[in-house]
Amino acid sequence: MAQMNMIEAIRSAHDVVMDRDPSVVVLGEDVGYFGGVFRCTDGLQRKYGEHRVIDAPIAEGGIIGAAIGMGVNGLRPVAEIQFADYIYPGFDQIVSELARLRYRTCGEFYSPVTIRTPCGGGIRGGQTHSQSPEGIFTHVSGIKVVMPSNPYDAKGLLISSIESEDPIVFFEPKRIYNGPFDGDPDKPAVPWSSHPKGEVPEGYYTVPLGEADVARSGSELTIVTYGTLVHVAVAAAELTGVDAEVIDVRSLSPLDVTTLADSVKKTGRCLIAHEATRFSGYGAELAATLQKECFYHLEAPIGRVGGWDTPYPHAFEWQYFPGQSRMAAGIRKVMEAE
Amino acid sequence: MAKESRLHIPRPTARPGDEPDFSYLNLSPAGAIDKPGTDARVREIEGLSAGLIRVLDDDHTAKGPWDPNLEPADLQIALRWMLLNRVFDERMWQIQRQGRISFYMEALGEEAVSIGQAMALRHGDMCFPSYRNQGLYMYRGVKLVDMMCQCLSNTRDMCQGRQLPIMYHSKSGNVFSISGNLGTQYPHAVGWAMASAIKGEDHVAASWIGDGSTAEADFHHALTFAAVYQAPVILNVVNNQWAISTFQGTAGGERRPFAARGLGLGIPGLRVDGNDLLAIYSATLWAADRARRGGGPTLIELVTYRGGAHSTSDDPSKYRPKHEWKDFPLGDPIERLKQHLINEGHWSEAKHEALTEELKAEVLAAWKEAQSYGTMTEGPWLDPATMFDDVYADPPKRLESQRRRMLETQRMNGSDGGQA
Repeated sequence: MAQMNMIEAIRSAHDVVMDRDPSVVVLGEDVGYFGGVFRCTDGLQRKYGEHRVIDAPIAEGGIIGAAIGMGVNGLRPVAEIQFADYIYPGFDQIVSELARLRYRTCGEFYSPVTIRTPCGGGIRGGQTHSQSPEGIFTHVSGIKVVMPSNPYDAKGLLISSIESEDPIVFFEPKRIYNGPFDGDPDKPAVPWSSHPKGEVPEGYYTVPLGEADVARSGSELTIVTYGTLVHVAVAAAELTGVDAEVIDVRSLSPLDVTTLADSVKKTGRCLIAHEATRFSGYGAELAATLQKECFYHLEAPIGRVGGWDTPYPHAFEWQYFPGQSRMAAGIRKVMEAE
Repeated sequence: MAKESRLHIPRPTARPGDEPDFSYLNLSPAGAIDKPGTDARVREIEGLSAGLIRVLDDDHTAKGPWDPNLEPADLQIALRWMLLNRVFDERMWQIQRQGRISFYMEALGEEAVSIGQAMALRHGDMCFPSYRNQGLYMYRGVKLVDMMCQCLSNTRDMCQGRQLPIMYHSKSGNVFSISGNLGTQYPHAVGWAMASAIKGEDHVAASWIGDGSTAEADFHHALTFAAVYQAPVILNVVNNQWAISTFQGTAGGERRPFAARGLGLGIPGLRVDGNDLLAIYSATLWAADRARRGGGPTLIELVTYRGGAHSTSDDPSKYRPKHEWKDFPLGDPIERLKQHLINEGHWSEAKHEALTEELKAEVLAAWKEAQSYGTMTEGPWLDPATMFDDVYADPPKRLESQRRRMLETQRMNGSDGGQA
């Protein structure tokens, strides 16, 4: 076992897979010589060469379109989109082509592309470097959507994603690249070495797609969340003194309904939290699914905490970010309801 | 009072009721354009994007350095494929008009593009077609009956009822899947070609796009990536003058030819008579050889004319002169090759007539067979449960449960799947 932050874990996942499978290639803006603006591919070009770790022009649609063609020709491309906020120029290629190719050719053609992209706020990135667009992608049939909340999961899920025959959009919450973040920006930064999930095997292992994780066991309330908010939820449980069970969804699609529903049936109360804007967010799907699965076990309406339905404002980042106090208010509301 | 708009709005030279006017087309005489070596530097051959590479002259004689000197037997084969494309389209168009398929698109007047280029490529070269490249599928071995079954969405449909008619694919023929979203195939071709180079192979990729779709971002992404990585790819712009109702000027073709679009990136451009099979074959071979030798991409503009409607869903007499095609200075590609062969003593009107009848019979036989696998009104039917297949390699559980629910609903309603 080694201590790794999320960046090192993601880099290690690339390294392990590229070493095992010569068909894996990486492409994206600044991913090669420089090793990525967040350093996730640092050193890979030196190790695997310029023909497997490719600096791409600034054209997200081109990166994804070319990756699709590479995948059709037997390579296994990992495309980095520098910020999730930049993914939209590639949206048509993802939705109309990458997601649909297998279906429209009855499996004759497909392209096993993994698209990695840093998401979420909390780094003073303003509205063009802070978005969480996962709900836009979970809505698309034919792709899978993943968002890890810690180094161990990041590496294991990324290896599973790259090895998957299905296309994956892999969101990396950048606020927790260097350490877990409990939602309080005034506290000193905490490194991953202080967290059990900062222990990461150096070699090959996988975390399977489609399995949620219990981040904190509890009995009074279930908080269903993912990404940065997993850590906020755990902190808010301590803050409120409510014995909450925190479920880390981590694989948004396919969704592990069983783990989520078992927990909600056990606690009888459910709060859903994500950083993305709330209206039509992924949380709405979670709420609908869980009320159907757990209706007769619920003692209160399912609550939701999310980003406000505004763009992510630069100067009011911490008013926008659903931190501990909003999470705590959400917990109390669900606890109080009869 | 508001000032008058000073905006330039491109207008075609002729609309319904006007005399056709192709004076805007810059033509070169057959044989007039030099043929450089495939290792020529881009800056030395920029002129190729402005002229028009032609082999067959107005008297159907092959001329000049681009004459590929194909054997008469090869030209007869080319003629056969082009004719088959046309006869097939005619039949499928009628079939759509009879309401027996929902939609169709014909390649009338553009048959030389698919056939000439397919002939110049090797089987290991990958084609990323647009929707008027049915000739590529035919040439690469897809059976007519299978193309018809795709259009019928019947039990033998290669797309299992998931795609609009004409959106074929052929893995064994190395012809990619046609998308309904325009231009998306262009960056795929470049990525495929990049992979070919990465793997150290000498296969090239080729893709086709219309003049209208060159306005899509994918076109520009593809050119940039192709130029940056010197990908072994042939990027074809089929300039058939019309994108449904808008003329090529609306896509930016008024002042510079589409062949020149790559020059700013250092991609050589060949502007080719798109109704001259010999010129098309020769230009494609040149570009493929250049790509195979590591010379990178070539942009080929094929100047042609869309002889029919965009699709079965529009009426061209509403937006262009009714008989515009007759006045198109580059004529009809089939007629031109036919006359060339006749002039050379390798073909005759009688043989042509006989071949046409033979191909019509072949198409009709295929149609009869295709219907035996189901039509829009008669079984056998595709099993609707298959609509849940192939969404993923490893599907989420929810799809299986949705499949069950759909089948239950169908049982409860006593439906046979909504087909009748």
